[in-house]
Amino acid sequence: MLAIAILVFREVLEAALVVSVVFAATRGVPGREHWIGSGIAAGVLGSVAVALSAGVIADAAAGMGQELFNAVVLFAAVVMIAWHAIWMATHGRQLSLQLQALGSEVSVGHRPLVALLLVVALAVLREGSEVVLFLFAQVAGGSGWVDIASGIALGVAGGCAIGFALYFGLLRIPIRHFFTATNWLLLLLAAGMASQGARFLVQADLLPSLGPRLWDTSMVLSDRSLLGQTLHALIGYDARPAGVQVLFYVVTGALIVIGMRLWGKPRRRVPGAH
Amino acid sequence: MPSIRIAPLILASGLLLGAFPAAAEDTDFQLVIREHKFVPAEITVPARKKIKLVIENQDATAEEFESHELNREKVVPPKGKITIFVGPLEPGRYPFFGEFHKETAKGVLIAK
Repeated sequence: MLAIAILVFREVLEAALVVSVVFAATRGVPGREHWIGSGIAAGVLGSVAVALSAGVIADAAAGMGQELFNAVVLFAAVVMIAWHAIWMATHGRQLSLQLQALGSEVSVGHRPLVALLLVVALAVLREGSEVVLFLFAQVAGGSGWVDIASGIALGVAGGCAIGFALYFGLLRIPIRHFFTATNWLLLLLAAGMASQGARFLVQADLLPSLGPRLWDTSMVLSDRSLLGQTLHALIGYDARPAGVQVLFYVVTGALIVIGMRLWGKPRRRVPGAH
Repeated sequence: MPSIRIAPLILASGLLLGAFPAAAEDTDFQLVIREHKFVPAEITVPARKKIKLVIENQDATAEEFESHELNREKVVPPKGKITIFVGPLEPGRYPFFGEFHKETAKGVLIAK
């Protein structure tokens, strides 16, 4: 049961951290629970579908279907986060001002909530499909239902608890800096996902590694430790990155910053022009 | 128009993907997963050379090949076969394991 709980915990943790950042970034948006909830539900359904077609995915693209699938899912999430982060750079100030004035509910323009729904769904799908495959193996291996059920319950509870802790921690950021902080978190999240996507393409030999191991900080902070894994999910920490991963990380981060600067400048236009 | 905003990102990642053609020379090494164990549990490969690991899962359940030292993870479907590229590696020992059956599925890749 403990082995099941630990694996489920590790996977749920990564998804829960992404969901927490997204949930914080949508603070004050009416109906966001509905959007995020739909994203989680879609991700869970998708996990089962992906797990059931694991064989087909693995055999696709000359045996590199899994890497391509993971890379596409990650890069899609990167684009969605970038879109949202850049949008927020243009509207975040207004949001903060409104939040300060009204206390809670705000509605400025149409936020790209669909983008964040997809980010949540894709994060849950990636981690969830591994859990489902693992659970299939456990069932086939003769684990008892009580073991499996309690393992899932413990793992999910533990992963969600850390997600909630992050969320409530973020809420303590003063409101005037709040969206700046969540926007930077989203940027780092996207950069980390781009780096992971690049790793899958190196694994499939579709990208050169540009140095298979640029550095090794596993002695300082292992990917496998709770902190290492948390940082991996949040800001893309990798103890032994390939050169091309670092390149993708930096380029993605830079592109989003450029996007925020380009479109995020306060425009001196007539009010109501946008 | 959101599509205009994300277009440069898509374009840039496309350029990055196309910019570097992957090299072709590699060497093949076979591993088998049987009764949730890696056979052989120890595999020696040349150092400083990109190698191709082919892993065949003879079990009826999925496994996930994982190695922190190699920075690799990949699901091996039941009765399935997968390929993973690793390296070029510095000489040394690189442990790997099966994430779904950690107690039994353990192995090490030795680069010489």
